[in-house]
Amino acid sequence: MTLPELPYLTIIIFLPVVGALAVVLQQTTAPGRAIKLTAALFSFLPLVLSFILFLAFDSRTTGLQFVEKYPWIPRLGVNYFLAVDGLSLPLVLLTALLGFLAILASWKISLRIKEYFAWLLLLETGVLGVFASLDFLLFFLFWEVELVPMYMLISIWGSGRKVYSATKFVIYTLTGSAFMLVGLLALYFSTGTFDLVEMSQHPIPATVLPATAIFFLIFFAFAVKLPVFPLHTWLPDAHTDAPTAVSVILAGVLLKMGGYAMIRINLGLFPEVISTYAPLLATLGVVNVLYGAAVTLLQQDLKRMIAYSSISHMGYVLLGISALNPVGLTGAALQMFTHGTITGLLFLLVGLVYDKAHTRQIPELGGLSHRMPVIGIVFVVAGLASLGLPTMSGFVAEMLVFLGTFPVWNVATVLAAFGIVLTAGYMLWMLQRSFFGPLNPRHASLADADALERIPLFSLVGVIVIIGVYPAVMTNVIATAIPQLLNRLGG
Amino acid sequence: MAAEWLIFFLPLTSFALIVFVLRPYPRWCGYVTVAAIGGSLIVSIIALIKVMGTTEKALSIPQIAWLTVGNFSLSVGLMIDSLTAVMLIVVTGVSLMVQFYSLEFMHGDRGYSRYFAFMSLFTTSMLGLVMADNLLVLYVFWEMVGLCSYLLIGFWFERPSAAAAAKKAFIVTRLGDFGFLLAILLIFANTGTLSIRELFLSQNVELLSKAGLLGLPLLTWVLLGVFSGAAGKSAQFPLHVWLPDAMEGPTPVSALIHAATMVAAGVFLVARLFPLFEHSPQALTIVAVIGGFTAFFAATMGLVMFDYKRVLAYSTVSQLGYMMLGLGVGGLSAGIFHLMNHAFFKALLFLGAGSASHATGTYDIRGMGGLRRTMPISFFTFLIAALSISGIPPFSGFWSKDEVLTDALDSGQYLLFALGLAAAFMTAFYMFRLAFIVYGGSYRGAAPAHSSHGAHGAPRESPWVMILPLVLLAIPSIVSGLVNLNGDFTRFLEPEAHFAGLNYTIAGVSILVSALGIFSAYAIYGARWLSAETVTHALSPLHSLVFNKYWMDELYQKILDSILLGLCRITDVFDRYVVDGAVNRVAWVTMKTGQELRQVQSGQAQSYGVAIFFGVLVMLAVYLIVGVR
Repeated sequence: MTLPELPYLTIIIFLPVVGALAVVLQQTTAPGRAIKLTAALFSFLPLVLSFILFLAFDSRTTGLQFVEKYPWIPRLGVNYFLAVDGLSLPLVLLTALLGFLAILASWKISLRIKEYFAWLLLLETGVLGVFASLDFLLFFLFWEVELVPMYMLISIWGSGRKVYSATKFVIYTLTGSAFMLVGLLALYFSTGTFDLVEMSQHPIPATVLPATAIFFLIFFAFAVKLPVFPLHTWLPDAHTDAPTAVSVILAGVLLKMGGYAMIRINLGLFPEVISTYAPLLATLGVVNVLYGAAVTLLQQDLKRMIAYSSISHMGYVLLGISALNPVGLTGAALQMFTHGTITGLLFLLVGLVYDKAHTRQIPELGGLSHRMPVIGIVFVVAGLASLGLPTMSGFVAEMLVFLGTFPVWNVATVLAAFGIVLTAGYMLWMLQRSFFGPLNPRHASLADADALERIPLFSLVGVIVIIGVYPAVMTNVIATAIPQLLNRLGG
Repeated sequence: MAAEWLIFFLPLTSFALIVFVLRPYPRWCGYVTVAAIGGSLIVSIIALIKVMGTTEKALSIPQIAWLTVGNFSLSVGLMIDSLTAVMLIVVTGVSLMVQFYSLEFMHGDRGYSRYFAFMSLFTTSMLGLVMADNLLVLYVFWEMVGLCSYLLIGFWFERPSAAAAAKKAFIVTRLGDFGFLLAILLIFANTGTLSIRELFLSQNVELLSKAGLLGLPLLTWVLLGVFSGAAGKSAQFPLHVWLPDAMEGPTPVSALIHAATMVAAGVFLVARLFPLFEHSPQALTIVAVIGGFTAFFAATMGLVMFDYKRVLAYSTVSQLGYMMLGLGVGGLSAGIFHLMNHAFFKALLFLGAGSASHATGTYDIRGMGGLRRTMPISFFTFLIAALSISGIPPFSGFWSKDEVLTDALDSGQYLLFALGLAAAFMTAFYMFRLAFIVYGGSYRGAAPAHSSHGAHGAPRESPWVMILPLVLLAIPSIVSGLVNLNGDFTRFLEPEAHFAGLNYTIAGVSILVSALGIFSAYAIYGARWLSAETVTHALSPLHSLVFNKYWMDELYQKILDSILLGLCRITDVFDRYVVDGAVNRVAWVTMKTGQELRQVQSGQAQSYGVAIFFGVLVMLAVYLIVGVR
């Protein structure tokens, strides 16, 4: 499929900002519906476009596609450099998908509607920019842009200790960013460029700082984002207190910024360093998986539970990266995409349950399937997908991670594989207590998901099953990015 | 595409049709399921005939490329050899009978459409499992049948016991599957292939034969992993605890999934990889020991249960143990022969239990009685199955049980032989205990009904839709043992195997033992020469041990609560107070420092001047001491 020459990525990234402006510029008397429709339109177009890019992506060649590169600050050698490869394209698609579904999931927002949708759209732009930028400075800017809307969205439209959680999230990420900034500058002064592609061609000279030091400065920022134990405690707070749509984006795509950046930058620029420290990554991965799962088992709050399960699942990303081979890396990349869809779906479902039942405490639920069969069925599907049931996308990703990692780090893989038993434990236990058994009488008049609420649920289930049944649709794209990432490691 | 794909795609189509189109029309869901599985059965019979006609006893069907990532590639194909051909007949045959029966049994249930959707999906997955030519594909369907089992045990999800049983089944089997997964990883890491045919090539067996941990060959570890998965699925000790609870599902589900097919998948898996097991005597010994012990151990619990289905469930566990024992000591055909015979007579027993409960509204055998008069066909078909499982010739169970026992003795496993014989005695006893309590004596009136069919008056024979499958299953329960009279079945599965034929001494002993079991049951429950209470009382400590299922559920619960959840609690506290505590502490220190340092920013020019003065002094001092480079 050949497309007319257009700056597709720029359009995709900035359509949500245009939408945000369109929302803000509406008259104060504008009905909420008009605002919501505007927001939906400006998040739907990027989705359509990124889907077109996905179809048009040539998976027979390796490397970057849809490249846009213009000088931006010539004196510093900063370029406006956008492009996607097999690693970032699925994440762009994921962001556009969840961005649109998040708008739909916010349809019942009634507090300060204009601001809400404007921030949500701006957030989408920030994340899309991170995935499509190949200039480190541009990347850094987008990385920071995402923080402001997040802070507002959690602290204004959140619940519980929302200000605490929002502040914690922002300060934690900013601390990471400070380290990244130092690393970024060190890189610039060592290599004289911000171009991530150029930097990845040769080993980083130790003119300013040793490569290992730069590696860890940058890794720290991404480890906060993924998150890696013990830097994870912002996550349960932020996820739990954020409004539904924001939790979806947060778990669905924001975490992937960490994993993506580790692969793109830590692995891409420092293959020698990362292979030295691969055992550390594998260990951290195992700790994430098991520690996260252990804490998940005890959570009584549905949202907190899903949040902790994310920590556990992100461990598989780390583990897959630590294999430093095509199978493991593909597994890690696929795990990011699939976890985005599965956890996004789970948070949507929790949001629906909370909207209707006004509680997220598992012991206060019970037998919900009687009153909400659709939500119940989709929750079961999402839970099974999360525990890695075959024919759903999570299985393929985890299996590839295991197959790739086992020959390299066999003990770590065995330990991490035990996570699938624990995951089954907490997911099925939660389903049993919330959805099965006799109906808790206080929920006797709950309504099931309405037509609008079903759209996001069913579309995510569709994506999960399609990838689970025929994973090649995604892995063939991811595969094109692998040779470049591993070529300096001789693979 | 080969016609054999239809075997798999017909029930899959039925599933999709129900989910997307037919859901609002329950009756049609049932008919479509029956038609699709009937179609699969026909294609399976054709496939069996084709396989019998080939010299290599297998069909070759081209593969389809599925997934290629790095050095990992997965092609999907069908493996239809003699083993699969037999399994296909068993699965589609029993499934067809069960679905037909369900048309009536599930009548009026709110979840009628959902039921047939799950049953179609189950049959699809089970057929995929037996036809898989690749371990990973097999694992996929292995998990899928587990999923269907989960969904169908918890079919009446509003019952807390059903919801709990479904979860328990999934998690216990997944614990076993963890071993299976590790085995798959080991195999792939060492041979680079997961194709089952390629695995059997000598160079790959060679690759797996190198030394592994603890002085055992790697192959043994791989096979132990495989067996751990098989033991979970086939409810072998110590992972048997989920199967009795699984009886919470509708009875036809118990018949199909938890008696005839899915639980036999573990046995099938060992048989599928038998060419590898043959290279590891240690692994085979473990299979035999676990199997023999389970056969005995589960039978003891079957002696004392009052729930019709639970008696049958323990009986299933015990018979699965027999099959494992057969594989462990004899070889492929002994185990699979028993699997086939068992599938028919056990499905018949379960459907008969459903029929009895349909009439009486209960599964508690104390609330039944005298059904031989009111439900003659149910009774006669039950009797055939009971005689078959008890090992009375010429019924099918006799032939395969005898083969297993002969093989155990021939291989010098005297203890396992004794366990098997003891299990045979108990099997005859508990089956005829059921016979005398349920079908003998006179009707004791309905206990409080916990069936979905509500209260009943006097029991009546079930409608023909339920009776016909009983009759049709009774036929193989009589004759399916005859296929190996001359060793034809053995040679079909294992062309090189030696068929010993009937050992008259062992046959005589085992018939005697079974007859003794039947007689003991008659003495206690038929003629009542001995009252059951007296016997129970005399054996009171033993009885309570067995009646409480050796307290294994309680033990597991304890382990789960105190060790696993204990560890989780520690982690949770650590997370909250140490990890997050440290984060909050850092924040607190920063704020406190800020608050303190704020005092310095007083706005008084004098104090700033003092600070500047001392600052300059310090700089000067540094300059003087270090100098400027």
